[in-house]
Amino acid sequence: MSKPYLSPMEAAPLHEIRALQSYRLSRTVRRVYENVPFYRKKFDELGIKPDDIKSVDDLPKLPFTYKQDLRDNYPYGLFAAPMDEVVRIHASSGTTGKQTVVGYTQNDLDMWAECAGRALTAAGGDSSDFVHVSYGYGLFTGGLGLHDGAGRIGASVIPASTGNTRRQLQIFKDFHSTILCCTPSYALFLGEARRDAGIPLSEISLKAGVFGAEPWTDEMRRKIEELLGIRAYDIYGLSEITGPGVAYECSEQTGMHINEDFFIAEIIDPETGEVLPEGEKGELVFTTITKEALPLIRYRTRDITMLTREPCSCGRSFVKMKKVMGRSDDMLIIRGINVFPSQVEAVLLELGMQPHYMLVVDRVNNLDTLEIQVEMDEGMQIDAVRMIEQKENQIAKAVESTLNITAKIRLVSPKTIERSEGKAKRVIDKRSL
Amino acid sequence: MAIQQLSVFVENTPGSLAEITEVLAGENIDIRALSIADTSDFGILRLIVDRPEEARDALKGRGFTVSINDVIGIGVDDRPGGLSKALRLLGESGLVVEYLYAYVSRVDGLAYGILRMDDNAAAEKLLAENGFRELKN
Repeated sequence: MSKPYLSPMEAAPLHEIRALQSYRLSRTVRRVYENVPFYRKKFDELGIKPDDIKSVDDLPKLPFTYKQDLRDNYPYGLFAAPMDEVVRIHASSGTTGKQTVVGYTQNDLDMWAECAGRALTAAGGDSSDFVHVSYGYGLFTGGLGLHDGAGRIGASVIPASTGNTRRQLQIFKDFHSTILCCTPSYALFLGEARRDAGIPLSEISLKAGVFGAEPWTDEMRRKIEELLGIRAYDIYGLSEITGPGVAYECSEQTGMHINEDFFIAEIIDPETGEVLPEGEKGELVFTTITKEALPLIRYRTRDITMLTREPCSCGRSFVKMKKVMGRSDDMLIIRGINVFPSQVEAVLLELGMQPHYMLVVDRVNNLDTLEIQVEMDEGMQIDAVRMIEQKENQIAKAVESTLNITAKIRLVSPKTIERSEGKAKRVIDKRSL
Repeated sequence: MAIQQLSVFVENTPGSLAEITEVLAGENIDIRALSIADTSDFGILRLIVDRPEEARDALKGRGFTVSINDVIGIGVDDRPGGLSKALRLLGESGLVVEYLYAYVSRVDGLAYGILRMDDNAAAEKLLAENGFRELKN
């Protein structure tokens, strides 16, 4: 029988959690004020002294931090620890020009491993398990995040990384993988590959999966569960806050418990910045309260969801966030990569083209596809097919080198992409999520 | 002597070819020859018409992407082997055909080949030197 929780904190009474949060928040505020010029300047402008922040109730007094702030302070400008204490660097996937760089001290890595370990425990994992990690290993936080989480619970880690489906299936069979960690679309892909290869479920030992880094539906969950013979659990995270494991699903599968001893979550109105009461839908905002290398105050995730403190049958008292319902900006997540339409626009302008384009996202055979329709210039020479194909290839190459994603480019006639007043419609997302 | 060809970008949607030919008909423009290069996503309609610049303006006014470029029109005898003489001549000179289409004229009984070569100027010179008759708009 596996342990119900990795840490007793997960089921602590609310008043204890809040007391711990208040203590850790005040220390974090002092840390950033003393070590990060960006925060000191912001706090001074608002007339906030570290002593003013005594409890979680003081949180709304603090300013927000935006992704742009990380970019403006690229790469290490927001770090609150000396570099010789920083033991790991990760970076977020494709953003305009600069990646978002994050750093960890050893304590930060231990905290992150604890978070991912709790997620694996909630999925029924313990030291007897073989945790098969098919997230990418590298600057992306998915691979190493779950890897260290599996280490935290003493499981046998199989660092399979992504790709080579046949080999993945062989490892399932030969290494007795019991818990699979990857993106939900890759899990579905592996499940279908298993079926198509005619490998019966009785020949593999998988019992659970921990899937995240992209939005997915309950319908997808059922499909994955059926195709791999497992229970599929959601995991949430973002590299700015720490990586996968910020929140994780339990056996009830009705939302993800947020690791409240490390992060304070708020839901705000994305327009006004007002904090919304429990149960209301809005933008998720996190404050890290133990991080040393990159503590962030009220970080705007741009993810739209809601929080609930209704008692959970699993016994955990940590607040639950619902599945992310959308974004308060126009960011798309395609094959796990963050894509902003504005990046495509920048590429087109750089190539001397008009910024009239449309991103069409779809999911074919459970893999995301991206087509970018671009209006050709009126004066373009078009008497040979190759002239058009060369232009399309040129755009595709530029998009790939900037966004790190392969896209099919389709030139269309001038003035055929809908013009709108105000906010342009740049995306058609056909994925049924 | 080059001939002017219209190229029109056509998306693979029903009715787009009908619309192009209707625009030309509305301007009383005569289509002498046409061909379509097709791919899975789009087509290029190539036209030889009597008044290419007017045709271009009319189509542009209706939102089509149109370009005019020079191609070579040569008359060959409308009988077996007529075209092959011209193509053999070009091939032996190392010139490459990018595309080719043809039509038969009711007026003079000749068959016409519309050619775009990798080097149009060299091809024209060669054809003229060998007595091929050239077509004009």
